[in-house]
This record gives sequence, structure tokens and C-alpha cells, in this order.
Amino acid sequence: MTDPIRDEWYPVALVSQLGPEGRDTRLLGEPVRVAWHGGAITVTSGGRSLPSQQRYGHVWACPGTPQRPLFDIPEADQPGRRLVDVGLVRVKCSPLRAVENFLDIAHFPFVHTDILGAEPHTEVGRYDVAIREEVDEVWATKVHFYQPQAAKSAAGGITTEYMYRVPAPTVSILYKTCPPRPGEWDVITLFVQPLDEELCEVWPWMALFDDDTPMTDLIHFQQTIFLQDRSILENQLPHRLPLDPGLEIPTRADLTSVAYRRWLKRRGYTYGAQLVAA
Amino acid sequence: MILYDYVLSPDCYKIRLLAALTGAKLTLRAVDFHPGGEHRSPAFLAINPAGTIPVMQDASLTLTDSAAILTYVAARSGPAWLGDDTPEMRARVALWLAFAQRLSASIGKARTHDMLQKPADIVACRKAGVQCLREIEAALVERHLMGDAFLAGNRPTLADIACFPHSMLAPDGGISVDAYPAIRLWTRAIRALPGFVEMPGIHRLHDLKPEPAGVQA
Ligand SMILES: N[C@@H](CCC(=O)N[C@@H](CS)C(=O)NCC(=O)O)C(=O)O
Ligand SMILES: [Fe+2]
Repeated sequence: MTDPIRDEWYPVALVSQLGPEGRDTRLLGEPVRVAWHGGAITVTSGGRSLPSQQRYGHVWACPGTPQRPLFDIPEADQPGRRLVDVGLVRVKCSPLRAVENFLDIAHFPFVHTDILGAEPHTEVGRYDVAIREEVDEVWATKVHFYQPQAAKSAAGGITTEYMYRVPAPTVSILYKTCPPRPGEWDVITLFVQPLDEELCEVWPWMALFDDDTPMTDLIHFQQTIFLQDRSILENQLPHRLPLDPGLEIPTRADLTSVAYRRWLKRRGYTYGAQLVAA
Repeated sequence: MILYDYVLSPDCYKIRLLAALTGAKLTLRAVDFHPGGEHRSPAFLAINPAGTIPVMQDASLTLTDSAAILTYVAARSGPAWLGDDTPEMRARVALWLAFAQRLSASIGKARTHDMLQKPADIVACRKAGVQCLREIEAALVERHLMGDAFLAGNRPTLADIACFPHSMLAPDGGISVDAYPAIRLWTRAIRALPGFVEMPGIHRLHDLKPEPAGVQA
């Protein structure tokens, strides 16, 4: 029997930070232990060994029976990219809220003032949103936004182009114009580990073209951005993400979020969601 | 002046804030506090055996405590911040610089626990944090009765810079600040200072501007 929630892959640890003591954590409300066994990493829950793998700097585990391979990020293997382990941030919010906030560009000037956005450049122009049936992912493309400091490597204000991708219910990937390498995309992800329906650990991760910025500065840049989001996320109401239409009135900027919610509902992914209209 | 810095640390932010307010030039050295734990590496411990940030180096001087760093930056770039108007003011500045250590040990620890999963006795940290906030609130109310808007007197000093960051970031550690109207007024006054800079969780004042069209709360 398949289970749309338990059969997903979830991040449970950062490989580079998993010490000999291992890590005791939680997944979907259940205790999980990540530990070294010889040279290998194992993930166990209630005495049961969970399917696990290492990819994109993190340990991934599946509490149920995996129905598909872990989503692919081909850029992760592209030579010349710096892979940045940003580290966990715990947020008291629904895992789905964390993903949804990441997809929303309209908050940039107000939450990431003078970095990812600035008044009066608050307009979100037209862009395309689609559920790509062949891969069963949500994609938003041709998103353009003026940014005062789009990346650590950006010297001044530029108009950045974005693509957003949701390849799994608690994973969001964005592709954005890469200042030092026109024609390539910087890849910035949010891997979300649902501890409970209203508590998650978020593991941002990046694959960037930037040969100059020290690694620690890249980490700090992304932590700055994500910690600005954290205070917003912890205060969002309702706490669980409403999947029934009509609860929150969408604007054009929210089209991605509308598609994301529709896609979650269709997949039966309800962990951290609110189904009954308030 | 080299500052060993972490963007999310309130104790590092208070140095950046004072530097911005006084025009002092800092050279920032980013320390991979999280996730790398660089402050516990042998190289860092050779600079500060206590394994804490911030640390400042300037010529032959190495300062491993935020109170000392604030004092040094003020003495160099903005002596008015030392609060030398009267013996009482000077003493109150010293008092609040020492008090700020209690904020780091309570609210600061609750915050790194809740945000970054660093170990802490969270119940004890929150309890001590609430106690600290109550003391700041009471002191501010008392100062208001004397006609003063700031912790050490009628103008901002290092006392305010030292205690302001943790007071604002307490919600990050699960400590509510709703019950402290005097703290709210005081933090607004600090955020209104010319040259103020922000950090994640401490936004500049723009709540007074009209709500931008199309943005939901
Ligand atoms: N005495 C220090 C305390 C600062 C402090 O506690 N800093 C934290 C980071 S915000 C720290 O370095 N903690 C070390 C640790 O958690 O291991 C000061 O005020 O300079
Ligand atoms: Fe954001």
C-alpha cells in the first residue's frame, strides 16, 4: 500500500556535520536516529532501518516505501560550481508554509530590504506557472525582479530572472541569474525536514558559480536571508497551509503558491495542511 | 579594526551597530559559527581560548568580549557613547555592559537552541531571559519618570547598544516581548537613530509608512 506522505524522501542530516555521536532527530512526528556505521550512514526509526542515501550534501531518508528515486538536480554535478552546506535552521511553522514562502517573490522588498528587493521596485511582472505532468513537478518560469544585491557576488542592482521548481512536497529549488556567469543559473534550494505538522528543520543548500567569495561569506549571506524569513514564517496564520481554495485571496504574485497547493491536494500530501475551510 | 563576526550573533551585531552609528571602519572576518563550529577550532581557540565571538583585533590588541570591544570602538570613534556626562551615567553604562552578559547567557542561549539546535537548558534559559526583560522594563520605566528615554540617561550610550539586540530577538528563543511597553518604545528610539543598521530579526523602522498596496500581512 502506498502512502503519499511516508513514501517521500526527506533530509535528516548534513553529511559534513554528522559527528561520531550521530544525530537524534524526528521525522513526521517519529524519533529518528542518524548514525555512522563503519564508513556508512544509517537511519533508523523505532528499531527499523529506513531506506536512506546521501545526495546534495545531505542524508535523505524515507519512512515508508520509496515510490520514486530522489529528484534530480543535474547542476549539482556540473564542474566549477561551489556546493554550499548552509546548515539547519529550526522554524516553528508547517513544512509546507516554509516551501510556500520560498516560492513567493512579492515579499522581497519588505522582508529582504536592500538585498533581494527594495521599494519602490515592488512590482512582480507576468510569469508562467505550470504543473509539468511528465515529471509531476510545479514550475514557475520567466519571473523577473529588480534586486539591489542579488547575490554575494553582485556588485550593484540588477534585474534578476528566476525559475522556481517544486520537485517534492517539502523541497523547493530556485534558479536565478548568475552574476559572474551569464547563461548559467545559480541553484538555491530549501530542503525541509518535517518534524511535526507545525515544526520543521530547514536545510538550505546552494550550487553556485562564484570563485571569489569565501565559503563562510556564502553561508552567512544565505543564513541572513533565511533568518529574515524565519520571523515571518513563525507568525503566519493559519499555521497550517490551507489547501482548499477561497481561504486566502490570491494575487498574481501568488500564482505559484496556488499551483503548489493544488498539486499537494492532488497528490494527497496533507502533512502540515489544513483541509476544512475556516 | 578586525572583527571576527557572525551575521546571526547579537553580540557581533552590537559591534557592527556601534561602528555604523559612529562611523568606525571595521574589517569583517566571517566566522563559520554554524554549521561549521569554527569558533571551537584550534586556530580560533588560539585567538580566543573562550571560544566565543565577537573578537576584535587592532594592532597589538586582542579583545575577546563584546563589552570591551564596544568600549574600545567608542573610545576611538565616538567617545560620547561612553556616557561620561556624570559619574552616575558612567556607572550605569558599566552596569548595563555587565548586565548584557546575562542576556547572552539566557536569551542568547535560548535563541541558538531554538533556531540552530545548540544545546541548552531551554526552560531555565527562558526563565532567566524573562527575568532580564522585566529588569530592563522596570529600569526604563524608572528612567522615564526622571525624564530620560535611555538606559543610562537622557541620551543613547553603550548601555543601550549592549542590551538592545537580545531584547529585540527574544521571540527567536520563544520568549515573548509583548508585555513590555517601555522596551518597545526604547527599541523604537534606537532603531530611529541616524546610521542605524539591521540584522535578521531586527528590521529597520518602516512600520510608520503606509502599507504597500497588494501586500497582505
Ligand atoms: N562574553 C561574550 C559572550 C558572547 C557570546 O555568548 N557569543 C556567542 C555567540 S552569539 C558565542 O560565542 N557562543 C559560543 C558557543 O555557543 O559555543 C561577549 O559578550 O563577547
Ligand atoms: Fe524570503
